[in-house]
Amino acid sequence: MAATEQTIKQVNNLGSNDYKYGFSTEIDDIKSPKGLNEDTVKFISAQKNEPEWMLEWRLNAFKVFNKLPEPNWAKLNIPKINFQDYYYYSSPKSLKDKPKSLDEIDPDILKTYEKLGIPLQEQKLLSGVAVDAVFDSVSVATTYKKQLSDLGIIFCSISEAIKTYPDLIKKYLGSVIPVSDHSFAALNSAVFTDGSFVYIPEGVRCPVELSTYFRINAINTGQFERTLIVADKDSYVSYLEGCTAPMRDENQLHAANVELIALENAEIKYSTVQNWYPGDSEGKGGIYNFVTKRGACRGNNSKISWTQVETGSAITWKYPSCILQGDNSKGEFYSVAITNNRQQADTGTKMIHIGKNTSSKIISKGISAGYANNTYRGLVNIHSKASKSRNFTQCDSLLIGNKCGAHTVPYIESSNSDSMIEHEATTSKINEDQLFYCMQRGLNSEDAVGLIVNGFCKEVLQHLPMEFAVEAQKLVAISLEGSVG
Amino acid sequence: MLNIKDLKASIEDKQIIKGLDLSINKGEVHALMGPNGSGKSTLSYVLSGKEGYEIDSGSVDFKGKNLLELDVDERSNEGLFLAFQYPMEIPGVQTSFFLKTAINAKRKYQGLEEIDALEFAKLVKSKAEELSISPDMLKRDLNVNYSGGEKKKQEILQMSLLNPEMAILDETDSGLDIDALKIVSEGVNKLRNENNSFLVITHYQRLLNYIKPDFVHIIADGKIVKSGNFSLALELEEKGYEEISKTA
Ligand SMILES: Nc1ncnc2c1ncn2[C@@H]1O[C@H](COP(=O)(O)OP(=O)(O)OP(=O)(O)O)[C@@H](O)[C@H]1O
Ligand SMILES: [Mg+2]
Repeated sequence: MAATEQTIKQVNNLGSNDYKYGFSTEIDDIKSPKGLNEDTVKFISAQKNEPEWMLEWRLNAFKVFNKLPEPNWAKLNIPKINFQDYYYYSSPKSLKDKPKSLDEIDPDILKTYEKLGIPLQEQKLLSGVAVDAVFDSVSVATTYKKQLSDLGIIFCSISEAIKTYPDLIKKYLGSVIPVSDHSFAALNSAVFTDGSFVYIPEGVRCPVELSTYFRINAINTGQFERTLIVADKDSYVSYLEGCTAPMRDENQLHAANVELIALENAEIKYSTVQNWYPGDSEGKGGIYNFVTKRGACRGNNSKISWTQVETGSAITWKYPSCILQGDNSKGEFYSVAITNNRQQADTGTKMIHIGKNTSSKIISKGISAGYANNTYRGLVNIHSKASKSRNFTQCDSLLIGNKCGAHTVPYIESSNSDSMIEHEATTSKINEDQLFYCMQRGLNSEDAVGLIVNGFCKEVLQHLPMEFAVEAQKLVAISLEGSVG
Repeated sequence: MLNIKDLKASIEDKQIIKGLDLSINKGEVHALMGPNGSGKSTLSYVLSGKEGYEIDSGSVDFKGKNLLELDVDERSNEGLFLAFQYPMEIPGVQTSFFLKTAINAKRKYQGLEEIDALEFAKLVKSKAEELSISPDMLKRDLNVNYSGGEKKKQEILQMSLLNPEMAILDETDSGLDIDALKIVSEGVNKLRNENNSFLVITHYQRLLNYIKPDFVHIIADGKIVKSGNFSLALELEEKGYEEISKTA
C-alpha cells in the first residue's frame, strides 16, 4: 500500500469519510534571490511572516555558519559546493510550469511507481505533474487534526508552530542540535523552509502513525527541512518520514535537521524511507542529502528508536543519534543503506551514554552494488557517570559485484569500567550458491538478489510499521535492479 | 524428455564429465549410481545451468529444446527441478514465503496470475503434512538450522509444490532416517506419473527398494559405464563398484 493510501485509510479509520477532491489554487512562483547572504535569511523569514525572535535566531545561525568549515570526516567524494549557486526559497510551483501529464515524466520513474503499486493519482503528485484535482490536503489535515487535538496532540508545520506555539519552539528548537554543531546544521538553522512539529502531551499514546504525508504540500519543502518532535512524560509516538516512491527535486542540495526530545518514560519511534533521486547510472544529477538527526532521551526510562531505509540520493551523509541523558534510557538505531551504481553513503549513528544504566543497540546493514561506496560510521561514547551501561552493535555489509566498496568505521570511547560494549561486524559477498539455488526454483536473477538481500535486511525491516515494511521490501529489490548479470 | 549426447563438461579447466550419454523418456525413473567424485553432482549442476561449468562438447535436449542455451530460471520454469545434495540456507527468508515466491515465479512464466493466498495456504499445508513437515517449520528461515534430514524433506516439499516434469534428486536419501526415507519415497511415488521423469542419484539400493527405477546406470570417471534394470543395483550392492566396472 502506498503511503498516502495508508494515511487516508487511517483517516477513514478515525471515522471520517469526508475527504474530498479539491482544486489546488494557482500560486505565483516566488523565489528568493539566488545565493546565500543575510538578505536571503531575511527574505525567507519575511515570506513566512515570522516573529522577530525567529529572525534573530536565524541570523545568528547564519553568522555561525559563516565561521564553520564544512564537515570532512566522511568517506565521501563531495564535489565542492558553491552555496551562492542555489536558491534557498521557492514557493510551490505554479501549474503552468509543471509537467502537463505523466507522459512528460521519465519512463524509468513511472516503471518504479508501477512496481511499487502506487495509484495513478498519487503518481502524478509525486512526479510533480500539474493536477487540477488532488486530494484536498487541507481538508484531510483538518479532520485529522481534530482527532489529534482532542487528545491534545499538536501536529503541524514548523512554520505554523513558530507562530502558534512560540514557547514550545523557543524551549526546544536547537536544544538537541546546537546551531554550532557543524556547518550543515547551522545552514539549516539559518534557511530552513518548513518541516513538521509534533508535541505529544503527558500520558498520551498517539493512536496513529504520524506521517509527513498528511501534508501533501510538504513534498516541496524537502530542501531544508526542519522537524521537531517532543514527547512529554509517559507518552508515545511513532513518526514516519519519506516515502518509497522515487522523489525528484530540482534542488540538489538537501540539509535537513530533525530533533527529537523524549521526557520521562516517553518513547519516540522515528522511521524513514529515503528514496531521493540518486542520479543516473553514471552518477549525473542526484540529490546531496546531508541530514542531521538527533534525539535526546532527557527523562529517565525514556526511549528513542531510529529506523531508516536509505536507498536514494547520490550522496547520503546521515547519522541519526541518541543522547541518553536519563537514567535507564534506551537508544536504538536500525539501518539499511543501499548504494548502487555511483551512489555514495556515509551513514551510522552516535550513541552518547550519560545517564546510569543506559542501553543502546545498533543494527546496520549496508549493501553495495555497481561502483557504489557504503560506509558505516558509528560512535559509542560512554561517560564516566553512565555506570552499568550497555551497547550492542552489529554491522553487516554485503557486496554485490566486485567494483563496489563497504567500510566500517566504529569509534568506541568508554570512560566507565562497569559498562559493556559488544561489537560485531561482517563483510561478505552475495553468495553465488544461494543465487543459484533460488534461480533453480524459478526466480530470475533480480528477484533472487531481492529475496536474499531482503533476508539480509530482515532484522531492520521488521522494525518498520507494517504497511511501510511491505513497501520497503519491494523498494530494496527495486534499488538493486541491474546489479547482477 | 531428456536426451544427453556425448556430453563433456569442465570446471576450472578440469574435465569432469567425459562423454556422457543418457536418454530419459516420459514416465521413466532412472537411477544413477557411482563412486564418490565420479561426477554425479557435477552432471546435475551442468544440467541445471550452474555458473562456472564449461561445456566442452555434446548436446542436451530437453522437451525438444536445447537445454544448454536456457538460463537457470528458464530451465526451472520449463520443468527441470534439482533436489540439491546440499540445500542452501537463506537467512531472513521465511520458508513459506520462499515457497510462495517460487510457485509464483513459475506461474508468471506460464502466464498465470499469482496464487491466491488461501489456496497457497491450503496447498502447502496438505503437501507439508504428507511429508510430515510441521507448520512451525514453514515459519522458520529457509533451511537455516534445519537438520540434514529436514533439509532433504524440504527439497521434496518444494518439488511437490512445483510439480516438475523432470526431477533430479541428488542423494536425497543421505541423511534421512528410516521413517523419513519412507515418507520421502512415498512423496516421490505420489508425484510419479506417465508424464514426468526422475533421475535419482544415490549410493544405496535401499532407496531404490522404495522408488523402483526403470533403469539403473553406473557412472565412473564422468562416463556411464554400465546400464541395466533394477537388478544392476542389487548386483552393485553385492559386488561394489570396482568389481562391476571390470565387467563393463
Ligand atoms: N569447483 C571445482 N573445482 C575443481 N574440481 C571440482 C569442482 N567441483 C567438483 N570438482 C571435482 O569434480 C569431481 C566430481 O565431483 P562431484 O561432486 O560431481 O562428484 P559426485 O559424483 O557427486 O560425488 P559424491 O558421491 O561424493 O557426491 C570430484 O573429483 C570433485 O573434486
Ligand atoms: Mg554428489
